[in-house]
Amino acid sequence: MTIGVIKVARPRKMSFPESLYLVEIVKGLGVTMGHMLSNIVRQEGIKTIEYPEVRREMPPRFRGRHRLMKREDGTPRCVACYCCATACPAKCITIVAGESPDPGVEKYPVRFDIDMLRCVFCGMCVEACPCDAIRMDTGWFTPPDDTREKLIFTIDTLLEK
Amino acid sequence: MTGPLFDIAVAVARIAVFFAFCFGLVVVMTWVERKGAAYIQDRRGPNRADIFGIRAWGLFHPLADALKFLFKEDFIPDNAHRLFYQMAPMFSLAPAILGIAVIPFGPDVTVMGRRIALQIADLNVGILYLFAVSGMTVYGVVLAGWASGSKYPLLGGLRSSAQMLSYEVSMGLSLIGIFMVFESVRMSQIVTGQGGLLFGVLPKWGVFVQPLGFILFLVAQYAEANRTPFDLPEGESELVAGYHTEYASFKFSMFMMAEYLHMVVGAAVVATLFFGGWQFPYLGDAGFLLPGGSTVAVPPALVLLLRIGAFVSKVLFFAWLYVWIRWTIPRLRYDQVMRLGWKVMLPLSLLNIFATGLILLLLNK
Amino acid sequence: MEAVLFILFGAIAVCGAIMVVTRKSPMASALYLILTLFAVAALFVLRQAHFLAAVQVIVYAGAVVVLFVFVIMLINVPEDRLPVERATTTRVLGVLAAGIFILESAVLARRFWMQKGPAAEVGTVETVGRALFTDYLLAFEITSVLLLAAVIGAIALAKRKT
Ligand code: SF4
Ligand code: SF4
Repeated sequence: MTIGVIKVARPRKMSFPESLYLVEIVKGLGVTMGHMLSNIVRQEGIKTIEYPEVRREMPPRFRGRHRLMKREDGTPRCVACYCCATACPAKCITIVAGESPDPGVEKYPVRFDIDMLRCVFCGMCVEACPCDAIRMDTGWFTPPDDTREKLIFTIDTLLEK
Repeated sequence: MTGPLFDIAVAVARIAVFFAFCFGLVVVMTWVERKGAAYIQDRRGPNRADIFGIRAWGLFHPLADALKFLFKEDFIPDNAHRLFYQMAPMFSLAPAILGIAVIPFGPDVTVMGRRIALQIADLNVGILYLFAVSGMTVYGVVLAGWASGSKYPLLGGLRSSAQMLSYEVSMGLSLIGIFMVFESVRMSQIVTGQGGLLFGVLPKWGVFVQPLGFILFLVAQYAEANRTPFDLPEGESELVAGYHTEYASFKFSMFMMAEYLHMVVGAAVVATLFFGGWQFPYLGDAGFLLPGGSTVAVPPALVLLLRIGAFVSKVLFFAWLYVWIRWTIPRLRYDQVMRLGWKVMLPLSLLNIFATGLILLLLNK
Repeated sequence: MEAVLFILFGAIAVCGAIMVVTRKSPMASALYLILTLFAVAALFVLRQAHFLAAVQVIVYAGAVVVLFVFVIMLINVPEDRLPVERATTTRVLGVLAAGIFILESAVLARRFWMQKGPAAEVGTVETVGRALFTDYLLAFEITSVLLLAAVIGAIALAKRKT
């Protein structure tokens, strides 16, 4: 399809009764009153979602807060390779690696902190991870909190979900 | 009770009751404004504040607001002129409430063998007093704008004083027709004058004898009260919040209260001058006198109640009209405001006086 | 009672007027002017001249001083840049002349008005209206022509291209 030119109609000149505005104002008042009455009678017409109690259904590809995946035995799937921390444009992932007790696995994250206040929710960490250990599919934002420290999510919080 | 003591008691009681009515209505109107705006815009509006878990459709929000304003820091900007900055909210609140003094809330009642007017002061200059008081409101705005020592309030104050000056003229002129028809400027006489019937069917209300005057007055009043569509003095897209940008805490809430008092008193004025005040349609002193000639007797106590009820419901309706208009009509541009004031309203109100005079002359011949 | 109120409002009016001319900041002067105008309106009310009181407030406090204030705001001279005013000979003479004028008018007022007793119905809407449209009709009409001339003059000035 070629790029078409859309003809936008010029506003037509107002007729005399319209230019007096009075009738039009009364019509407008009718519209607003209609909305109000219908909203009082039928609460479904209201678009507001009562947030903490009711939550909006997020689209499946929505990048929400992170979670760390677990292996079948419950240990973190992450191998502390630092790929995500390197890819992160906001430099908000802090990883401290340790030697894993499991002989089949080389390293595991002793600490894995994400500073949610600095995260820009770009999803680079998810792309970078070689073993699908980090995902952003929780379908939820960072909940608000009252100190900055509480918003640095540690490995325990991240593994929870 | 002896004579003078009784008079003083009556005067104090009247002032207390009418002021309480106004301030109570102010509180309710802040809630109506927020809730009405929400429902008009398909939102829910305030509904969270609760007392013991009772939310009552957000009715406790005005209370919560008041508490919040009381406990906020009372802040004076460095650049502000300290004295004038503190005086401005008072200058704006006082004239807003003074107008209620000449509004009759009901017909005269007889208590303990005495006639008592349900009106704080029945001045023989009634409406002129209203003009005098409403002319004072501009000082609060101007002073706030000037004393804040910052540019947005200054611009807001300038806009508002220019706007108020322009619309005061047509506001005054639009009421001349009412004086001419009812042959008085005394509020009580204007209300009694509206008791009759027009062509034997319509109540002889100001709006039916002065339709053009009514529209002009309503528009001028909205402009005077700085309400949408004339709320340019606080146009938030270009002036932050206009003249009260630099105000916080209780001083800010005084400006808000002044705005809502304007609405309430303005509604009372419109109801009194153009909608018969406390007149209930077709209700005489003894009962209903229907246009067909039939009568229904009503006991005097009920007549009184109906009349006061009629007044209160008219006031409520016009107070709601302020809110309704605000959430329906967008704000005008400044040059449009000035054009409307000087080039449309002023000639029309002069025309209205002329036409009213002509008709009265022809009718009296 | 009336005498007490008269003295009270009279004192407010006079003090306010003195403040108007002595204040340095123009905004303060304007506000004191409003105070004086209100006190004078109250004096009118004491004489039962409600109409005069209302008109005094509407016209002077509600319109004229608003214009003053409007201009003060538009120009908005910072307080430290206001001109310093000194007591020159002219000023001293002016104060003297004003004092003599006030004394003379007080004497005249005693002669002509004060003795007439209560001026009951002088300042109501009806009496003022009747007087304007009968006894003073010519003066009234001439004044309106004068105002019209002023309006036309203002428009002519505004329209002139420089
Ligand atoms: S989403 Fe982006 S910013 Fe946030 S942690 Fe991952 S890579 Fe860093
Ligand atoms: S990229 Fe994956 S495996 Fe590597 S540290 Fe990050 S989460 Fe762990």
